[in-house]
Amino acid sequence: LSRIGDELYLEPTDSGLSLRSVNSSRSAFASFLFAPLFFQLYQLGEPQPFRCKVLMKSFLGVFRSLPSLEKTVGKCLILLKPSANHLVLQLHCKYGVTKTHNLAFQECERLQAVFDIQHCASSLCAPARVLAEAVVHFPQTLAEVTLGAGAGGKISLRNYVEDEMESKKTMVTELWLAEDEFQRVAVTPGSSITFCLKEFRGLLTFAEASNLPLTIHYDVPGRPVVFTLDDAVLEVHLVLATLLDPKSDSQCPTANGGVSHLPLPSDDLTDDIESYMVAMETEEEPGVPPSPTFPLHNPCPAQSDPEEEEEEEEEEEEGAVPGTPPHKKFRSLFFGSVLTPGGPSLAPTQEVLAEDSDNDC
Amino acid sequence: MPLSTQPPGSGEPYLLVASLDNARHLSSLLRAVHFQDHATCFASANGLRVTVEDAKCIQANAFIQAEIFQEFTVQEESVTFRINLSVLLDCLTIFGTGSLPGTSTALRMCYRGYGYPLMLFLEEGGVVTVCKINTQEPDELLDFDFCSTKVVNKIILQSEGLREAFAELDMTSEVLQITMSPDKPYFRLSTFGNAGSAHLDYPKDSDLMEAFHCNQTQTNRYKISLLKPSTKALALSCKVSIRTDAQGFLSLQYMIRNEDGQICFVEYYCCPDEDITEAEL
Repeated sequence: LSRIGDELYLEPTDSGLSLRSVNSSRSAFASFLFAPLFFQLYQLGEPQPFRCKVLMKSFLGVFRSLPSLEKTVGKCLILLKPSANHLVLQLHCKYGVTKTHNLAFQECERLQAVFDIQHCASSLCAPARVLAEAVVHFPQTLAEVTLGAGAGGKISLRNYVEDEMESKKTMVTELWLAEDEFQRVAVTPGSSITFCLKEFRGLLTFAEASNLPLTIHYDVPGRPVVFTLDDAVLEVHLVLATLLDPKSDSQCPTANGGVSHLPLPSDDLTDDIESYMVAMETEEEPGVPPSPTFPLHNPCPAQSDPEEEEEEEEEEEEGAVPGTPPHKKFRSLFFGSVLTPGGPSLAPTQEVLAEDSDNDC
Repeated sequence: MPLSTQPPGSGEPYLLVASLDNARHLSSLLRAVHFQDHATCFASANGLRVTVEDAKCIQANAFIQAEIFQEFTVQEESVTFRINLSVLLDCLTIFGTGSLPGTSTALRMCYRGYGYPLMLFLEEGGVVTVCKINTQEPDELLDFDFCSTKVVNKIILQSEGLREAFAELDMTSEVLQITMSPDKPYFRLSTFGNAGSAHLDYPKDSDLMEAFHCNQTQTNRYKISLLKPSTKALALSCKVSIRTDAQGFLSLQYMIRNEDGQICFVEYYCCPDEDITEAEL
């Protein structure tokens, strides 16, 4: 999670302790949900629901040295004390030594990304190792990578080069993976998406360490790609925004509102960032029947989960915001408000632009 | 490798002559107190003491007993001089700091007296280096007047338990607060940094605790920047004794076992940060 944002959001719920983070441009969101079974003791108190955020740095500072932690720490107690305004992390170590950290927190709104796995046209599942090995071929500095479904069921990964001009000068790396390397492949032939590599690498590191298979759910360019890890006691989601495809004109056809909320491509597509939009939870999406507000731990079954405390978090980029005018249109989760871009035209459409017009995509 | 004690032609004997088969026995100890460039060396028949001070608040002493040396002769009652410790360490480790088993740097240290430089003869593998380091007037040293009769609380811990704690101290905190008490929390190290507060508690019945003699609950704060260098001494040591007196002065004594199994000591004395030491009762 530290690869994504500077703040760690904690939300204890009935289904477990949820740790989340989002990046500043709202193009990446991740959540880790640790089921109550993951813990030796899981007790919810009053008031519920309670959400807070702490500085990522402060939190990580408690778990500074992993190797020594593994050797010396027996138990970790996490106490959220609203009255004292402190998040207490207490490590019980060897020799009876107790380390208590009192971190200041801030209460906050729910951080929830909007995405719908059910409505993703394509999905892939592979052991983390396979993907990690694939990704290793790309330079560390590479920003974006394109994942595509090619002929013969092969899956490709290539580095994304923004500019046509540049592509003549930069080295292009393309990697093909055979279908049998994956545990499951259900992709739309010819589909492809482009997303940010950095956050994805973060997730891969965690997945590899925990030996969990990684599932990738994606749809059309512009719609977020969702990476999930599931385990009996842990659910992880990483939602990343994807780049809008300048060439595609018919993405999801009309929203139910009857207005085309298709991304108006062209112009600003050169501006990646704007195409990366993470739709955060919003209440104001009247025209969209399938409300995109999915609680994180919605779809996936859980698989085994390793002990990791909140170390790595995955990033999920939600490119949620439907393409619409590339003027970032995203609803800010926290404030539940709609930050409507001063987009050209489509003023009314913007409301309808709630993402997902699932059915049609 | 024989090095004559007296320089040819000179009739004056050296005030201090010390020989050490393995210079590392000296250099590692000196590193544990090396938080300032200058140090005061005090040699007597008992051995060598090197003192480093800072801010008139903290003092560190490294003791190398005469028995550690292969030869240790002091002509007068005692010999004192001030020297640049950084330079001294550089010279002692002139053949490199890597410690390959089987190879060691032999040292012979000679000091003619007031105004003369300290001569170091170092040899490793047949290569000899001669260093002359200028000496200065010794400074007046702080006297913490810390004697056992004035000790209020005393704890002896195995260093292993503290090492990681000290290495990971939250340096955004200005102070390190030490609480010693006959009741809970017995022995607690606290920091108050940007992220929040952190407390490290050692129960009195912990396996790490070799001795626990706390008579009064005391909580004292010390500037963390002053104490942080003691981490080096802690890393070398096997045991540490932590004592405080009625005024909150802190004494940390580290027992260090060198490669040959000989014991040396390093101690740190520190003044409390505020004038008030709350003796919470």
